[in-house]
Amino acid sequence: MTRMDTPQIDSARMAESARGIERSEIESRAKVFSVADLGVHYSGVPAIEEVELDVFRNTVTAFIGPSGCGKSTFIRCFNRMNDLIPGAKVLGTVLYHGADLYAREVDPVEVRRRIGMVFQKPNPFPKSIYDNVAFGPRVLGMKDDLDGRVEKALHDAVLWEEVKDRLKDSALGLSGGQQQRLCIARCLAVEPDVILMDEPASALDPISTTRIEDLMHGLKRDYTIVIVTHNMQQAARVADMTAFFSVVVSEDGSARRGVLVEYDTTAKIFTTPTDKRTEDYVTGRFG
Amino acid sequence: MASDVVASSERIGELPRPQLGATSARYGEKAIKAFLFACAVLSVAVTTSIVVALLLPAIDFFEDVSVLEFLTGTEWAPAFADASFGVLPVVVGTLSVVFWALVVAIPVGLASAIYLAEYAPASVRKVVKPTLEVLAGIPTVAIGLFALVFLRPLAEDALPFLEWRGPFSVGVAGIAVGLMIVPLVSSVSDDAMRSVPSGLREGAYALGATKVKVATRVVFPAAISGIVAAIVLAASRAIGETMVVLLAAGASPNLTLDPTASILTMTAFIGQTATGDIATGTIQYNTIFAVGALLFLMTLAMNMLAIRLVRRFREVYE
Amino acid sequence: MGDVRMPGSGRAELAAAGARAATRDALTRSSHRDRMTGALFLAMLLLGLGVALLGLAAILVWSFVEGAPRLGLDLVTEGPSTLRPESAGFRTAILGSVYVILGVVILIVPLGVGAAIYLEEYADRERWYNRVIELNIQNLAGVPSIVYGILGLAFIVRGPLDLGFVVAAASLTVALLVLPTVIIASREAIRAVPRSIRDGSLALGATEWQTTARQVLPAAVPGILTGVILAVARAIGEAAPLLLVGAVTFATFNPSIFEGGYSTLPVLIYNYASRPQEEFRVLAAAGVIVMLVLLLAMNSFAVWLRNHYEQKW
Repeated sequence: MTRMDTPQIDSARMAESARGIERSEIESRAKVFSVADLGVHYSGVPAIEEVELDVFRNTVTAFIGPSGCGKSTFIRCFNRMNDLIPGAKVLGTVLYHGADLYAREVDPVEVRRRIGMVFQKPNPFPKSIYDNVAFGPRVLGMKDDLDGRVEKALHDAVLWEEVKDRLKDSALGLSGGQQQRLCIARCLAVEPDVILMDEPASALDPISTTRIEDLMHGLKRDYTIVIVTHNMQQAARVADMTAFFSVVVSEDGSARRGVLVEYDTTAKIFTTPTDKRTEDYVTGRFG
Repeated sequence: MASDVVASSERIGELPRPQLGATSARYGEKAIKAFLFACAVLSVAVTTSIVVALLLPAIDFFEDVSVLEFLTGTEWAPAFADASFGVLPVVVGTLSVVFWALVVAIPVGLASAIYLAEYAPASVRKVVKPTLEVLAGIPTVAIGLFALVFLRPLAEDALPFLEWRGPFSVGVAGIAVGLMIVPLVSSVSDDAMRSVPSGLREGAYALGATKVKVATRVVFPAAISGIVAAIVLAASRAIGETMVVLLAAGASPNLTLDPTASILTMTAFIGQTATGDIATGTIQYNTIFAVGALLFLMTLAMNMLAIRLVRRFREVYE
Repeated sequence: MGDVRMPGSGRAELAAAGARAATRDALTRSSHRDRMTGALFLAMLLLGLGVALLGLAAILVWSFVEGAPRLGLDLVTEGPSTLRPESAGFRTAILGSVYVILGVVILIVPLGVGAAIYLEEYADRERWYNRVIELNIQNLAGVPSIVYGILGLAFIVRGPLDLGFVVAAASLTVALLVLPTVIIASREAIRAVPRSIRDGSLALGATEWQTTARQVLPAAVPGILTGVILAVARAIGEAAPLLLVGAVTFATFNPSIFEGGYSTLPVLIYNYASRPQEEFRVLAAAGVIVMLVLLLAMNSFAVWLRNHYEQKW
């Protein structure tokens, strides 16, 4: 699947996913995140600047763009994971259901209970499958009916059938795709509001990738999903809204930083983008 | 109006503003962090205590004996009625042990290191390196006993032309200490040489250099600060060694360079004197601390030098 | 290349053959000399390595040979004696060593692992006091063991703690001596746990301590355990600092922890070894055998632990 063909081949899919999901309908939903003038600096060096967008309830929002454009940095702002990087500073505002995520009295632990994350490389704990999924509820004090919670999470992550007979086995014995679904189950077990996914399928084979994408379609009924992906077709397949980021190089060529170029429904981004840079990227002229 | 409808429907779908402050004060976390910090600070407390423990009685000592007399005097007889406190024979004794130790440890240790780093196939390395590490753990009393009962007679048989008197010999003790520190020299030098980027080696090979040339002209010089650090660390270890010298080098403060002589090292002095019955607060008691302070300062200086060398080496290559 | 026969090619062929021979010569001529040098060099290296391995092995072999005649159960059951080397043993000293080591372990595990956790998980590297702490630990690792004995004498036996010449004082002194080893080994073990595990745990909403206690530490346990065992192995063989804190050489009675005199195995070996009589030296060598067997067991256990539980990340 070459990128040059993308607009033609996927426009049928575009139309399909766009059907029933007009921008106005999306924007009528509750705003989960409201980002204004956001920038992230690592030890004084800007990684991404002046980002402004809203994420809406029960949607899948994708961040796409070339490498180095700061999309991973940006998504980590939503669950305060950038706090863990020494020298990282977040400027601007991120409102979560109207509350400022970076206010002084906000506890990052509380934030992360509600906003979960799945990482690029599956990172199951070196424990049993059961203990992996049960870890979240255990540390968060959700001790009632642990077995039920684990089973439900594994069901929702479409992994239950494959592991129900070996819950005590080590999670490290699962295949890559299974491990990633386990990580998703682990995330679901704490009943979050939002699920962030940083390139969740980039380390997986195509079949596992498809399963995870199908999973996302199901999950968005109950959760709000934000996904970073370097794979445009993936964004086209799963996302309702897509934000395209790009890299801006300073005049002397020494500094690079990321900026948000365009944010719209996926259909619009891939068929009739407004910005020339977006068009160049989605048609494969660069990237 | 349309905008009103949109605005109100947005508000309808919105959840109540979430409470994101911490649900509990998490005192447990804070207490744990404080405990862990205390554990780490303990190390500073230990260092301070060592310095204080050495300093106070040493200051007492130097009120009675001038620093000059201490450091330059050649008579060491602190327990005698007519006491003299020239520490030079004791320091020379220590340095003699270190000298003989390095005579053994440097060639043997570096040869082993070069072999392990540049020549040894992985299977050999996997066996030899842990073996050396285990051998490094042989208790020093065993080495001292070995030096006294086995090496000393062997040395007399091998070198009968030297004047052997008595069971103690600084040369024999030094060689035993040298053997003991070989794993230290070898392991740190080996690490240093292996850290040299393979690009340097490959470049030299590509120019047609032989393995010998690469090892001696490229890798060795590139790793030199790590290797010097290894030697300094080993020397520091030799300076601080007690049991081997107590058993094999004797306890007579002779100011001599004769390898067959019996001498007194700083560590042996401390070890011997402290086991005797000496009243606290007397000048004899304080000599333990004066000598201890000297020992501590010497090894501290060497260790800091070694640390700096290793750090400089790492900066260059990592 | 080419079998093309051309006029004048005879000379060209000769020239080509000559060139080939000259190049081959240039490439191989020096290789003779170099091969000799290479072989000689390698021989020297192997000689050095051989001296190292054989010399150290000789200590072990000689100890076994020298002490073997005296091996017997009475080594462990009999107490020490200066008068009757034939029936003297190490019983009290072995017990003393065991007690001292138990005390050491109780101290170094929480303190050493605690310090390691703080330095790896909580400390901000930029802060000056954290750098002082790190420098301290590195320096303490290189302080001669007898200086720790002085510390013990001044502060633990006498001074503020004033415990007297007892087992507890020895445990404390030796614990401080091997603490840097435990800290450094535990730090390595904790550092080896990949960031992704921590990130995964924190992203679920676990607190720092929950992450450390439930994810990082369990994964680091094999490495930490190895460090503790190695520290204990070192502690067993230590004699110098104990000379100063009263491992009074002739404890003919079984020791207790907070009172009375005591002795330890290496110190008693030292005492026997410094006697001129042949029988005492053999006895000392026998004691060395006991100690070496114990150490071999511990080191092997440490290696087995390391291999068995090695996490393949």
